[in-house]
Amino acid sequence: MTDTKLIKANSSAIQKRLIPTYIFLVFWCLFSVFPLYWMITAATNASIEVARGKIVFGTYAATNFKNLLAAEPLFKSLANSFKYSIVQTVLCLFICSLAGYGFELYHDKAKDKLFGILLLAMMVPQVATMIPLFRMVSDAHLLNTVWAFILPSISTPFMIMMFRQNSRNFPVDIMEAARLDGLSEFAIFFRMYLPVMKSTYAAAAVISFMNAWNSYMWPKVVMNTDTSAMNMPMLIANLAAGYTVDYGTLMMGVLFCSVPTMIIFFILQKQFAEGITGSVK
Amino acid sequence: MNTNSKETSVLAKQHRAGWFFLLPATILIFVLNFYPMFQAFIISLKKGSPAALQWTTPIFNNYTRMLQDKLFIRSVGNTFLYLLIQVPIMLVLAILLAQLLNNKDLKFRGLFRTMVFLPCATSLVSYALIFKSLFATQGLINSVLVNLGIFKENFNFLGTPWSAKMVIIIALIWRWTGYNMVFYLAGLQNIEYSVYEAAKIDGANGWETFWGITVPLLRPVIVMTFIMSINGTLQLFDESMNLTGGGPANSTITMSHYIYNNSFGQGVGNFGYSSALSFIVFIMVAVLAFINLKVGDKRD
Repeated sequence: MTDTKLIKANSSAIQKRLIPTYIFLVFWCLFSVFPLYWMITAATNASIEVARGKIVFGTYAATNFKNLLAAEPLFKSLANSFKYSIVQTVLCLFICSLAGYGFELYHDKAKDKLFGILLLAMMVPQVATMIPLFRMVSDAHLLNTVWAFILPSISTPFMIMMFRQNSRNFPVDIMEAARLDGLSEFAIFFRMYLPVMKSTYAAAAVISFMNAWNSYMWPKVVMNTDTSAMNMPMLIANLAAGYTVDYGTLMMGVLFCSVPTMIIFFILQKQFAEGITGSVK
Repeated sequence: MNTNSKETSVLAKQHRAGWFFLLPATILIFVLNFYPMFQAFIISLKKGSPAALQWTTPIFNNYTRMLQDKLFIRSVGNTFLYLLIQVPIMLVLAILLAQLLNNKDLKFRGLFRTMVFLPCATSLVSYALIFKSLFATQGLINSVLVNLGIFKENFNFLGTPWSAKMVIIIALIWRWTGYNMVFYLAGLQNIEYSVYEAAKIDGANGWETFWGITVPLLRPVIVMTFIMSINGTLQLFDESMNLTGGGPANSTITMSHYIYNNSFGQGVGNFGYSSALSFIVFIMVAVLAFINLKVGDKRD
């Protein structure tokens, strides 16, 4: 037997041993993809067809879309969701990367201790700060504004930790060289750190945008009195709240709520995976 | 002498800049996290309408009151049921999937990984509504089961306590298994392949390799996913709110959902009592995270 033949025989034996693995994975993937596939087909079918169990694409998409527009301020909520998510992402990245940079590259005992204290905020459940935060936001007359939406999420221990861990890869020599060139500490951050840390920023941006897009409980607390301030998750929850639910229209709404994050997922999957595991290197 | 003092002033400047960088984030966390947490505790000792809160007498009245609150106790029970059933199943599946996907001989690895990971791209409200529709009495699951002759007539999954809980658990497993798998996959990729080769030469089988090498080396990641899952489960809200509405008859309501109902859900909010409840959730999260860290730290 020649070498290539031997390798081939060997690899086909390996593949044979992997058959149970393939079967398990195929079943799991069906389980994980099917609900989303079903959501998309249901958006193109009449409610009655969905209820009867139709799982192929239909011709009812335009009607569902029209019904959705009639029932809820779709475009307003979409615009809100984009606005909230983009503002939150930009501010969160700026504030947390600044802090991560400071904690890692200027670290001393006092800063390390402070970092340990900030990490404790990870244990504070959202539901526990909800009432005092609501009162603060309400006293500041910020209800139903983008500020109410973003305030609790623009500085999070998770993001600071992510930037702090990743800053370890930032070459300190660059800083020294830049200082000799007469650059100020802030200029070093903007001109050296920002470009070098691009990939960390990308990962953090994906995760921050998705979190903001999907956020539901807090907006429900501070955006409750003005329907023109709703974001997409609030809109689809409203769609499902009636006594008779039109499945076609509902899934059309769910589709609109999911498409932006799906697109990001498919284009930036690597950054997304890096983002959620980013702080545990 | 002159240069020396110049150098120290440069260093001092750098030192100041360092503090300046972390100032905004630190202030925000103190103002929007620690201060509200402290406030929550103060409010938890009060009663009355949100506009006119007064101290309770005795001072811990809100805390003693919850011991008699059957609905709160039920919401704690529900949350821990999800915690005890769903989290272990999900994490075991996630490790298994990561182990299978880490095999270099596997074909279509990228595709499989993408599909396992895909549910993470959907918002919590979205998937809650998808599962609600799938398991509706007039939904797909029912029509399939009836057509296959497994059920005689449509079954009200979300209107029956045990099955409503089951649907929530299935939905949670669907949404979060791929998420946790990503952590394990990243952890597995850090394990040198030669470690496995050595184990093979020593004659260890797959099972022994898994328990002898993979699990110990993944321990920090496992502890972390445990903490995250516990934290997430104790704060479940979107699913309870949108999938079952907490029903039927509050049989699936979670702690966060119950607190929300008490404070913002129906009529005038009871901020004092809700704050007391939420403080208990905080203590649970902290205690469980602490236990987990202690257990995870243990060296054998």
